[in-house]
Amino acid sequence: MGTISLKKVHKAFGATVIIPSADLDIKNGEFVVFVGPSGCGKSTLLRMIAGLEDLTSGQIFIDGKDVSETPPAKRGLSMVFQSYALYPHMSVRSNIGFGLKMAGESKEMIDGKVAKAAATLNLTDYLDRKPGQLSGGQRQRVAIGRAIVRQPEGFLFDEPLSNLDAALRVNMRIFIMQLHQDLGTTMIYVTHDQVEAMTMADRIVVLNRGNIEQVGSPLELYNHPNSVFVAGFIGSPKMNFVENNTIGIRPEHILLSDKKGDWEGTIKLSEHLGSDTFLHVDAGSRGTLTVRASGENALKPGSKVWMTPEPARIHRFDKDGKAIRK
Amino acid sequence: MATQQTRTLGRFAVAPSVLSLFLWMIVPLAMTIYFSFLRYNLLDPNYACSLMHPDQLLDGANRCLAGFSNYSYFLTDPAFFRAMGNSLKLVGWVLGISVVFGTLLALLLDQPFFGQGIVRLMMIAPFLVMPTVSALVWKNMMLNPVSGMIAYLFKSVGLQPIDWFAHAPLTAVVIMVSWQWVPFATLILLTSLQSLDGEQKEAAEMDGTPPLSYFWYIVLPHLIRPMTVVILIETIFLLNVFAEIYVTGTAGTAGNLPFLVYQYGLIANDIGGASAGGIIAVILANIVAFFLMRMIGKNLDA
Repeated sequence: MGTISLKKVHKAFGATVIIPSADLDIKNGEFVVFVGPSGCGKSTLLRMIAGLEDLTSGQIFIDGKDVSETPPAKRGLSMVFQSYALYPHMSVRSNIGFGLKMAGESKEMIDGKVAKAAATLNLTDYLDRKPGQLSGGQRQRVAIGRAIVRQPEGFLFDEPLSNLDAALRVNMRIFIMQLHQDLGTTMIYVTHDQVEAMTMADRIVVLNRGNIEQVGSPLELYNHPNSVFVAGFIGSPKMNFVENNTIGIRPEHILLSDKKGDWEGTIKLSEHLGSDTFLHVDAGSRGTLTVRASGENALKPGSKVWMTPEPARIHRFDKDGKAIRK
Repeated sequence: MATQQTRTLGRFAVAPSVLSLFLWMIVPLAMTIYFSFLRYNLLDPNYACSLMHPDQLLDGANRCLAGFSNYSYFLTDPAFFRAMGNSLKLVGWVLGISVVFGTLLALLLDQPFFGQGIVRLMMIAPFLVMPTVSALVWKNMMLNPVSGMIAYLFKSVGLQPIDWFAHAPLTAVVIMVSWQWVPFATLILLTSLQSLDGEQKEAAEMDGTPPLSYFWYIVLPHLIRPMTVVILIETIFLLNVFAEIYVTGTAGTAGNLPFLVYQYGLIANDIGGASAGGIIAVILANIVAFFLMRMIGKNLDA
């Protein structure tokens, strides 16, 4: 079982408060993504769950047991680090088996488990190599192998894909999601990339300056953001804000016309992605708006357009940036 | 990209320095080799040469060819074996002490504590003291059996003070030289410790590694490379230890190979014999260097 609960978790370094107070319940088998801009405290929160960082106050429960004072290895969690943190002088085999060796398991047991993990991760041919002889993606898989071989209650991922190139990142993303389906283990995944958050998560936790802004499924956050911050952070390209940030409308929810509409503007730039075209439109006093148009359209920079937001898709916010529910 | 002209020009430009370096090295070596085959003593106006081999006299300085006799004399001198043994013991002990204590001190200094910067700076200080000065300080202030610090400590716990230079001269030299070289090892190993990846430490923590295993499986393999560098550099310098032996007057029992060469050349004024000893020392140093380089080369491959 792998339920993880945070109760009034607070972290401060001296006078600097990193996390004022965080409460969160993670169900067994859930894939939860912590997302937020850099410096929002998402990694600190993960490291506190791992036990690598002490809590200033508050409690963390794993399977209902208070583990706030438990050392990392006794919490039953595995972690995959951003830099992979492989032991450079050990072979892949020893790297994967090191945790088991430290736990005092017999050599046959270790060999069996390492072989099984290596087979899952397509690493069988590389078991005797050193990390330095592997590519980035292979190292990443070794790091994951080191995590799964201990059969933990939960996995913690700290921006694991940020050192990979774009194509490999997409592959590894799918690989980790597949792994989650196969193992059914709780996973917590930290990223600053909202695309990773949207595609992978069962639930997303959006953090802003140490506060949990909103928790919800990807579509909940997309359709019903609680605040201007969440609305701006989730979704790509970013939501457009007009009227002093009190009205938000996503680029994909604006209708374009070359004859009439609510707002008038001039196209400044267009980005062609093939499937879509993103137009950057100068709408005078409303500022620059981003609008999604179909992949092939004849609109050129400099031409006039009229834009009409879909009424049902308009998000309204109060002066403090909180969403006004209809 | 270097063109043909710039490359040629480059060769001409570096030629003078390469040439002077080459001469700088090769002339003394060639002269030493030449002298090592001569019967050449500064005090004795080569009486033996003019009497026994008048037909072999080379010049007005009464030098004559000696064949390999300088070598055979040096190599069969009982002092040679003692000097060689002392050289090896000195190098071995100081290497062992500086690597072990250097590692321990580096681990200690790597911990965050108040006044870390100043302690590190003071730690390095012995390495910057001239060997002659350090030997004088150790001889008169630390190891002196009557007024020395060590003697005082011995007496304060009721032990008989040791007259180090009379009864354990080699130990005394090892202590003095170690005092100078432990800081060097500490400095190199500390720098290396600080480059140990923080996430690796955390990964080991997640793996539940106890402190001793952490040291054995993670830290020590990380330190092997700097350790070999320490060993290589220290060996080169430790083979040449001279001032400590000279200043403390322990040559009779703790004299090493360089000191024996000094005794041949500047005390006995036997230039031929000293040259032969020098060449033997060079050959031995090269043998040591060969094995060390192989050892290090293997470590640098990984």
